[in-house]
Amino acid sequence: MNAIAPARQTDIVRENGQRSVFCGLTGIVWLHRRIQDAFFLVVGSRTCAHLLQSAAGVMIFAEPRFATAIIEERDLAGRADPEDELDRVVERLLERRPDIRLLFLVGSCPSEVIKLDLSRASARLSRRFAPAVRVLDYSGSGIETTFTEGEDRCLEALVPTLPQDDAPALLVVGVLADVVEAQFRRLFEALGIERVRFLPASRAHEMPAIGAGTRILCAQPFLHNTVQALQRRGGVPVAAPFPLGAEGTTLWVAAAAAAFGIPPERVRAVCEAGEARARTALAAHRSALQGKTVFLFPDSQLELPLARFLQRELGMVAVEIGTPFLHRGALAAELALLPPGSSVVEGQHVDRQLDRCRAARPDITVCGLGLANPLEAEGLTTKWSIELLFSPIQGYEQAADLAALFTRPLDRRTRLAV
Amino acid sequence: MQLALWTYEGPPHVGAMRVATAMKGVHYVLHAPQGDTYADLLFTMIERRGQRPPVSYTTFQARDLGGDTATLFRDTLADAFERFQPQAILVGASCTAELIQDDPGGLARALALPVPVVALELPSYQRKENWGAGETFYQLVRSFCGDEKPARAEDAVPSCNILGPTALGFRHRDDLREIRALLGEMGVRVNVAAPLDATPADLSRLAQADFNVVLYPEIAGPAAALLERRFGQKQTRIVPIGVGATRDFIREVAALAGIDPEPILSRAQSNLPWYSRSVDSTYLTGKRVFVYGDATHAIAAARVATEELGFTLVGLGTYSREQARDLRDAARKYGVEPLISDDHLEVEAAIGAAGAELVLGTQMERHIAKRLGIPCAVISAPVHVQDFPARHSPQMGFEGANVLFDSWVHPLMMGLEEHLLGLFKDDFEFADGAAPSHLAAEEPVTPAAVLADVAVWDAAAERELSRVPFFVRGKARRNTERFAKERGLSSISLDTLYDAKAHYAR
Ligand code: SF4
Repeated sequence: MNAIAPARQTDIVRENGQRSVFCGLTGIVWLHRRIQDAFFLVVGSRTCAHLLQSAAGVMIFAEPRFATAIIEERDLAGRADPEDELDRVVERLLERRPDIRLLFLVGSCPSEVIKLDLSRASARLSRRFAPAVRVLDYSGSGIETTFTEGEDRCLEALVPTLPQDDAPALLVVGVLADVVEAQFRRLFEALGIERVRFLPASRAHEMPAIGAGTRILCAQPFLHNTVQALQRRGGVPVAAPFPLGAEGTTLWVAAAAAAFGIPPERVRAVCEAGEARARTALAAHRSALQGKTVFLFPDSQLELPLARFLQRELGMVAVEIGTPFLHRGALAAELALLPPGSSVVEGQHVDRQLDRCRAARPDITVCGLGLANPLEAEGLTTKWSIELLFSPIQGYEQAADLAALFTRPLDRRTRLAV
Repeated sequence: MQLALWTYEGPPHVGAMRVATAMKGVHYVLHAPQGDTYADLLFTMIERRGQRPPVSYTTFQARDLGGDTATLFRDTLADAFERFQPQAILVGASCTAELIQDDPGGLARALALPVPVVALELPSYQRKENWGAGETFYQLVRSFCGDEKPARAEDAVPSCNILGPTALGFRHRDDLREIRALLGEMGVRVNVAAPLDATPADLSRLAQADFNVVLYPEIAGPAAALLERRFGQKQTRIVPIGVGATRDFIREVAALAGIDPEPILSRAQSNLPWYSRSVDSTYLTGKRVFVYGDATHAIAAARVATEELGFTLVGLGTYSREQARDLRDAARKYGVEPLISDDHLEVEAAIGAAGAELVLGTQMERHIAKRLGIPCAVISAPVHVQDFPARHSPQMGFEGANVLFDSWVHPLMMGLEEHLLGLFKDDFEFADGAAPSHLAAEEPVTPAAVLADVAVWDAAAERELSRVPFFVRGKARRNTERFAKERGLSSISLDTLYDAKAHYAR
């Protein structure tokens, strides 16, 4: 196991300008798949509806569990009472979908600018549809949230509804794929942690309890508000890097174990096999990626853990690590693991960043969907960052899959002779 | 408030982006929050463009709202001008910025940039994407076309502008190439094609043409009307989709250009007419087709489907409210109920109720048709990555008619092939224990909702039905079930089957 290196100066710059990042509404695309009896109703504009369906791509196959209540001229001009309108829309929706147990009203830029009070609306509707349906609200707007912050706000909204239980328990926070959740559950149970819970659960009535005995372990780096809300309910956060790669997963599991007073030998015994398997699987990728440079545009807030993994476990060199935000506290363990002299840029000025990227000509660039093809057309190799949210990448068994997201585009470029 | 699970059109500023992205030398500065930058991916991922759309977003945040979003807009505009050096700039607001009323047009004027700035007012809470594209193109044309019609040389060859094709349009790239070539063959010079690949300077030459060819009225209509008012330029009214419409279009263009259409009409060829007359196409006769899309493509498809493929139109609809009247007129002509709706659930219900055997629609109808087990071909935006094929694949002109034949008839042939497989399934070579059989005591595959109002086939009738030739079996089943339902029968016997056959044979 690698010891955490002492903190060394990492070059952190703040930049301001045009951001090329989705808003928090995007989280709905993976949140609705995770919470299977929840419906997400955005109260917004046609733009919000269009963003959602564009980000969700082909997932419109079945009737989706998200929709937009599109604000129209008459709502703005006062010809219709937006509250009545919203009630009417929700009524129609719940009539169509009797299977829904949890309804999120999701605020957008327009609803916030016109000061539509969704918390009042959700309380009112909750009273009305209880006990069959619980109605909560959160903001996914682009003026308040950036991309993955939408998940943070959604989980934060769930926190007050969680049952109280002060018994010692481990609460893993953040949307994970089922297969990853099952793997982590096995690991923690093998360590002897008695109560292992996950937020969010896949069903509304199975949401985990929280209380003074709860240790909070984040599976994602962007859950700042959720953790604070959980702390207010008595939970105690565990400081750890994030479970990307063999090293990251071991450190993450070990931090949780330490919080429960489990001796390091036990951790080693439990993690050994998985970690060894991951390292073996990573070896082939390492030889393909060793020494290659990577440039990360700010997008999901996964950039720091990702840069740490790519550099420490695959031998890559990060030219620039962009991140929309840097919550220094939550990422302290990650910052400590970054090689000295790493360049972290918080915020974005997309045109300047593109200039730097072009000048650096990295071997691979991690960026959003709007930038990928234009950079490819300029001869750069790219990896779209949204895939990091849609595919299972955490834990030992997925470490090589995560690496493959980077080797595949490079492999492709070497194959093509056209 | 309108509940939308899906929208056929984006907001109007996306229409403006389609125009800006289509053109060269234009930059669009959009007052909008960061999430609205998603629209870039429509162009880079769906259309696979190798450049970012020429759009700078202010990406204001909540904390800017108390402060000075106007300054943010001005700075973004100044930066964008500096960096991209466009020949013309569009400025405007997305839905959120519309609410904060910073007046991008006024701010831009105050900046006194050395290039023309066109301010767009696109009411996001009333209008949609196609309207936004039409309005943007209109404003650009109005700003650049001038007031004077230049004198026409006596011996000049007839000339026209082609108006309408944009970025992210359904086959716009290919339609433009096709129609450009067709006009060339006719001896009509194309003065300017816009917005696709045009510069602002090109727009200032629009008045030099004798007339305008309008490919997509949703987008080019307002601009063409302006040019007609200002310079007396006539415009084409026929959209050349299908063989008949293309021939009519040639006559219309010839009349506007003062040339004889006959040489080209006698030369021009499409495979569609012969393929359609070929005996293997007999089975296409009377296929029940439901058409839905933007108004231009839907109305054109109705004509091709009925006149050129011999289908029976059982439904015609559009999401283009602005063109509702044209579609209603067309629906009346074919004797079907017009559907003016952008609610895909309503469209789904209408397709189901019409008993369609083929759907010509958008990507959404493709999903609907898949759910209903009906073949489908896509004829209209909203676009999907599949709508940008690598090959030349126009909808317009004679080659376009070939494409229509192939892409509409193939899904039906695939359907036939499946029937064939179904037919052979009972042969021992194809035996598959897992295959559902209505005769075996297996779980019914019919959804409960369908079972509820469909009569049950008794064993003898079911066996008889399986002897009906595969290519009419689906129709026989549907007709019999409808017949039974209309008479309130709960079960279908041999007699019901043949009574129904006689009834529908009338
Ligand atoms: S940025 Fe705001 S207006 Fe745009 S899609 Fe997101 S929530 Fe809607």
